[in-house]
Amino acid sequence: MDSTFIIEKSVVILVVFGVTMLMAMYSTWAERKVAAYLQDRVGPNRAGWGGLFQPLADGLKLFAKEEFAPNTPNQFLFRVGPGIAMATALMTSAVIPWGDRLHLFGRDILLQATDINVGILYIFGIVSVGVYGIMIGGWASNNKFSLIGAIRAASQMVSYEVAMGLSIVALLMMTGTLSLKEISEQQAGMNWNVFYQPISFLIFLICAFAETNRTPFDLAECETELIGGYHTEYSSMRMGFYLFAEYANMFISSTILAVLFFGGYNYPGMSWVAENWGVNLANIIGMGALFVKLCGFIFFYMWVRWTIPRFRYDQLMHLGWRILIPLSIINIMITGVVILRGEIFAYLGW
Amino acid sequence: MSIQEISLSGRKKLVSNKEMTFLEKMYLIAILKGLGITIKHFFRKKATINYPEQVREFSPVYRGRHMLKRDEQGRENCTACGLCALSCPAEAITMKAAERKADEKHLYREEKYASIYEINMLRCIFCGLCEEACPKDAIYLTISKELVPANYDREDFIFGKDKLVMPLEMAIKNTQLKNSN
Repeated sequence: MDSTFIIEKSVVILVVFGVTMLMAMYSTWAERKVAAYLQDRVGPNRAGWGGLFQPLADGLKLFAKEEFAPNTPNQFLFRVGPGIAMATALMTSAVIPWGDRLHLFGRDILLQATDINVGILYIFGIVSVGVYGIMIGGWASNNKFSLIGAIRAASQMVSYEVAMGLSIVALLMMTGTLSLKEISEQQAGMNWNVFYQPISFLIFLICAFAETNRTPFDLAECETELIGGYHTEYSSMRMGFYLFAEYANMFISSTILAVLFFGGYNYPGMSWVAENWGVNLANIIGMGALFVKLCGFIFFYMWVRWTIPRFRYDQLMHLGWRILIPLSIINIMITGVVILRGEIFAYLGW
Repeated sequence: MSIQEISLSGRKKLVSNKEMTFLEKMYLIAILKGLGITIKHFFRKKATINYPEQVREFSPVYRGRHMLKRDEQGRENCTACGLCALSCPAEAITMKAAERKADEKHLYREEKYASIYEINMLRCIFCGLCEEACPKDAIYLTISKELVPANYDREDFIFGKDKLVMPLEMAIKNTQLKNSN
């Protein structure tokens, strides 16, 4: 391993980290703006043009606030909770392919922090750890509302992870690989997976809403019932970290949706651009295409938030266990039959 | 026609408890419809008025902050008769009368004047009854858009003559305007 490799990877990781933070920051701005527009208001427009400095002002405010900690025997856990939530939210971005290779300084630079061959499993693993941040924070707050919020979050995320994993299985049977890079490459042209696996996409989308604790599945923090849910007792930047982690999660899950189902960095006419205008330009436009796709998903998250009211808890469990999981299993079976149709026909002697 | 079927408003809808069909049970169509409604609002004209830059149009009978008038020679009209205080439903007005001295003829129009005239702006409801009651055309509710500025002390909301009496320059200007016409 030479030093240029380390420098290259460090730069990629830092850029990905910075972009994730920036996107999470501006998601808060976009959330307020979209909410306002959907409600016939104009939203924040005082700090900077169109309120573009609003996230900076919010962050500054959160840092300047008093850090209050409840009288809890779990001071250490109380402090570590937001950190876990934030760390897990940021770690998932490591395996996402933001684009193909760039030819710079005589080197092939892969626009991905690391291309491991179990990319999806890695993401699922990290996302599962994410529930600890919420659970620990809610438990250590020494508050009934926080505890109820944390328990709801934990059971909801565990239930929906099952359906999410099963919905992905059908897709993986088709792609034959767990590496996000290879999945992206297979979708070149308009070969997007969403056209082949629409049910898998729908289940994954619903589960992504549940995993990120967004409306209509925001039972973990529903303001009307639980004050703030697991972050009721948090104040200052610790609460900021929880909110920030939620937006980072939203960004990452939008990216994963775009990569798995909407062709990742591929766009129609990519090979033509690569031939005529050069590979670098084609890949930079590819990054832009991925960015547009994931921004579309982030907008969709916000759009749904201001459209659909929250589920009741038993409805949530009913949807997760009795509808989505059987549906994804049926989807797996149908996919299997379609993939093996040649063998089946041969066996039946048709 | 039985009484249950009559709909005077024409908007009566019978509630039905029929079983939902499979498509309805999936809710996906209903969700898509809902998304369509919200996105329509996204592109709709916004109702917000950006206040300091844009100001909503005021009604022609708008009643703003009070002013104690001066006549053409710059003398105060008020004679401290107390009718405004009497008519005030919020009991916001108090005053104290005093007799005009010989050398004050240029300040006050009549022999009696208000040495203290106070309106408690926290009580005032801007109904304009004081203006209607005044026999001397002394108190008026202006069209000033600035009602009562925010403050920290309750005492600061009791407006005395320093804030209520028409500024002398304004009286001079008014007289000049009148003469030129």
